[in-house]
Amino acid sequence: MKDILAAHGLTRRDFLKVCGGLAAVMGLGQAAVPGIARALERAAKRPPVIWLDFQECLGCTESVSKSRYPDFVNVVLDMISLEYSEALMAGAGHQAEAKLKQSMADNKGAYVLVVEGSVATKIPSAMTIAGRTSVDIAREALTDAALVIAVGNCASFGNVQAAYPNPSGAMGMLAFMEQEGIDTGKLIQLPTCPVNPIHLTSSVTYFLTYGKVPETDQYRRPKIFFGRKVHDECQRRAHFDEGRFVEAFGSEEENQRYCLYKMGCRGPHTYSDCATVLWNNRSNWCVGTGQCIGCSEKDFWDELSDFYAPMPGVAIPGFGGIRVGADTVGIGLAAVTGGAIVAHLAVSAAKGRLGHNDDGSVTEEKEA
Amino acid sequence: MAKVVIDPVTRIEGHLRVEVEVENGKVVDAWASSTMFRGLEMIVENRPWMDAWHYTHRVCGVCPTPHGHNSAMALESAAGIVPPPNGRLMRNLLECAQLLHDHVLWFYILNGLDYVNVVSALSAKASSPQLKAVQDRLKAFVDSGQLGFLENGYWDHPAYALDPELNLQLAAHYLESIKVQAVASEASALFGGKFPYQMSTPPGGFSSVPHEDQINQFEAKVREVKSWIDGTLVPDLMAIAPFYLDQAGIGQGHGNYFTWGVIDEDLEGGDPYKRLFPRGGVFGAFDGNLSVQQVDQKADVREWVTSSWNTQYEGGLHPWEGITGPDFTGIEGIPEIDRNGRYAWEKSAHMKGAPVEVGPLAQMLVAYLGGPADHPAKKLIDDTLAAIGQAGNPAVLLSNLGRIAARVLKVKIIGDKTLDYVAQLRENMAAGDMNFYTPVPDKPTGQGFSGWDAPRGALAHWATLEDGRVKHYQIITPSGWNFAPRAGDGRVRGPVEQALVGTPVADPERPLEVLRTLHSFDP
Repeated sequence: MKDILAAHGLTRRDFLKVCGGLAAVMGLGQAAVPGIARALERAAKRPPVIWLDFQECLGCTESVSKSRYPDFVNVVLDMISLEYSEALMAGAGHQAEAKLKQSMADNKGAYVLVVEGSVATKIPSAMTIAGRTSVDIAREALTDAALVIAVGNCASFGNVQAAYPNPSGAMGMLAFMEQEGIDTGKLIQLPTCPVNPIHLTSSVTYFLTYGKVPETDQYRRPKIFFGRKVHDECQRRAHFDEGRFVEAFGSEEENQRYCLYKMGCRGPHTYSDCATVLWNNRSNWCVGTGQCIGCSEKDFWDELSDFYAPMPGVAIPGFGGIRVGADTVGIGLAAVTGGAIVAHLAVSAAKGRLGHNDDGSVTEEKEA
Repeated sequence: MAKVVIDPVTRIEGHLRVEVEVENGKVVDAWASSTMFRGLEMIVENRPWMDAWHYTHRVCGVCPTPHGHNSAMALESAAGIVPPPNGRLMRNLLECAQLLHDHVLWFYILNGLDYVNVVSALSAKASSPQLKAVQDRLKAFVDSGQLGFLENGYWDHPAYALDPELNLQLAAHYLESIKVQAVASEASALFGGKFPYQMSTPPGGFSSVPHEDQINQFEAKVREVKSWIDGTLVPDLMAIAPFYLDQAGIGQGHGNYFTWGVIDEDLEGGDPYKRLFPRGGVFGAFDGNLSVQQVDQKADVREWVTSSWNTQYEGGLHPWEGITGPDFTGIEGIPEIDRNGRYAWEKSAHMKGAPVEVGPLAQMLVAYLGGPADHPAKKLIDDTLAAIGQAGNPAVLLSNLGRIAARVLKVKIIGDKTLDYVAQLRENMAAGDMNFYTPVPDKPTGQGFSGWDAPRGALAHWATLEDGRVKHYQIITPSGWNFAPRAGDGRVRGPVEQALVGTPVADPERPLEVLRTLHSFDP
C-alpha cells in the first residue's frame, strides 16, 4: 500500500484524508475511517478470485463481462486477481490446471470462489474438466474458499438441467454443500438467469468492505437484492392497481405498457430487484419487453410453468387482499370492485388458459 | 509420436477435451470430446408448447438469441403460423445485435491471445499517449506479481509473430473490445429485455411494441459499435494478417460447408434462400466442387451416435426421429479418450452423408459463390484477398485464416445492414404498420423445423407438438456439426478433428498452434 501511495505522491496523512472523504460519501461518519483504511490496505494485494465453470452455458460469464459500472476491465485489472477462468485465461490444458492448483494452495482459505454452473451428481462424468468430475473439483474448491458466490440459477439451484427429469443429476451449490457437509455460512447465491453483474460486483464489494456476507434468506440469497418481489417495484404496477391489463402480445395495450399479469408474468411470485437495477447497463429488463418467468426462484422451470398462463394465488387490488386463483375465480367476486378483472380471468379460465397449470401451489407471503 | 492432451480447452463456450498425436512436428490424428451433458432435449418434453423456447434458449449463453429464436420458429412451424413482417424485423435487429457482440468478443477475447502477445507489448515503443497509458497499466498489472488469468500463457512461443508495437496496439484494442461488446449487448437488451436471454420472441413474433426512445438508443449503440468495427476491428485484421499468412495453409478440414442462412430479407415469407446470408452448401471444395447446392433438412440431415455416449441405434436418424439419452461408457471423470470406442457427449451430425463444417466461413463462402451479384461479401472478400497479396485465390480462405477473416468481414456487413433494418422499422411504423405479433393457436399439433445460423454456424431446432404439449424435440448446434466425433460406418473424423490433422506443433508441451485451429471454429 505504501508503494502505491508513494507512486501517486500521497503520504499516509493524505491517504487518511481520502478515507475520510469516502466515509462522508458513504454517510458513515469519521468513526468508519480506520475500517475503510484497513479494507483498502488489505486490497493492496488484489483479492484472489477463482471462477469455476461446471454445467453451464457461459451466460453468466457473458453477463458479467458486460458490467459497465464498475467496468469489467477495471474489475479484472485493478480490483480483483482473476486467478482462473476457463473463458478468459490465456493458458490451456495442464498449464491452466497448474495455475488453478497453485492458486488454491497459495490462497488456501483466503480466495473467493465464484461458481458458474451446476455439478452433475447422478452421472458424474456428465461434467468433467482435466479428467476430474465436477463433484471432485467442487468439493475441494468449496472447502478451501473464504467466500463462495454461486452465480446464476445453475450454480444456485441447478437451473434448467435440474428440471424434471434432471437426467444428469444437476445440483446447485447450496444443496451440494449441505450434502458434502461444507459450511454454507460462507455461501452467497445470486440466482437469476443469467446473473446480474450488479449483484456480483456488489456482493464482492460488500464482502471486502465489511468482511462478512450480507444478510441472506433461506436460499442464501442476499436480502438486499432478493428481499422484495419483482411485482412490488414494477414500472407496470400502477396499471395492475388500476386493473389495466395486456390481453395480447404486440397489442395497443402492450404499446401502453399495461400490466402483464394476464399474459403469465411471474413478477408477483419472484423475489428480485430486477425492476430497479435493470439489465445491461440499465438498458431494459424482462418485463419491459416480454415478461418475468421467475428465474431467481428455486425450481422455477417446474414450479412456475406454464409461463404464458396467469398463475393463481395473486391478490387483486380492491378485493381486500383476497387471493384470486383458478379455483376461486368467478365465485361471487364479480360483485366486488374490480369486477372487470375477475371477468377477464373468468373468461380466461373458461378458455382453458388457467386450467392446465402443472402446479398452482406457490404461496404468497405478503401482499399490500 | 507424441500424445498431446488439451483439457480443458480454454476460451470457448462449453467444455472440451482434445487429444492429438504429433509426428515430425505435425498433428497426424485428433480426437475431440465434449465433456458436458445436460439433456435439455429430454427436459423440454411434455412442457406446454409456448414455454419450450425458454428451456431450449438455455443451450448457449454466448449465442442465446438464435437458440431462442430458432426454437420459436420451430414451434411456429409446428403450429402452422408465421410472424408478421415487423416481427421478423425485430428479430433481425436482435440477431444483428447478438452478432455484433459475438464476433467482436470472439476476435479479441477468445481468439486474440493465440496471436497477440501481451508480454511482448510491454517492451513496445508506444506511439501515442493513449498506447503509453495502456502499456503503463499493463506494466503495473504485471509488476504487481499477480498475473492472474494471463499467467501460464505461451508467451515465449516461437509462433507469436507480431512485433511489440503491434502487440501493444492489439492489446489496447483487446481491452477496448470489452466495452464495445457490452454496448452491442445493451442494444440487444433494449428490445430483448436483457442479454443473454431475450424475453421478447415467443412463438408468434415480437411480444412488445418498440417505442421511439428505444429505437433511437438502439440505433445509437449500433452506430457506436459499427464505427468501431470499421475503424478498429477490420484494420486490426488487415494489420495482423500479413504476419500470419501461414494460417492460410493450416486447418483445411474436409472441404464441406453449409449454412441454414441467417437474417431475413424476405419479411413476408421468410424464404431462407433470400436471407442476407442465404441457405446453401458447398461440398467437396478441395476436389474443385465450388458450386452452391441447396440443402434439404429432411432428406440430407442425419445424426449418428457411433462415438457418442448416447443411447445406441443403428445408422443415422433424422432429428424428427432422433433419440437422446445418456449412456456413459468411459472411465469416470474422462481422464482419457477411448479412441476405438465411444468418447464424446456430442452426437455426430452429417449432411448428405458426410461431416460438414459450419460457421461464418461457410456463410461467406455460400454468399460469395452463390449470392446475388451485388452481395457485399463478394467485394469484401476480393478486396481482402488483394490486400494480403492473394488476389484471385479464394482457396487460401479455406483455412484458419479464412475462418478468422470471414468472421470479421461478416460482422462488418452486419454492422452496415443493421442500420437498414432500423430504417425499415421506422418506415413501417410511420406508415401505420403496428403489427408485431400473430395470435397463436391454443393447443397445436404438428411437426416443425427451423434452421437459422447461430454466430458459430448452422443451428436448427426440430419440434413435434401434440395437443399443445412438446412430444419430441431435437437440436443440432454448430458444435454438433463442427465438433462431431467420429461417426458412420467408416468412423469418419468430424470437421474439427480433420482440420487439426496437419497442424504444426513446435513444442508438444505448449500446443499453441492446436489452440489456433480449435479457436478458428469458435467452439
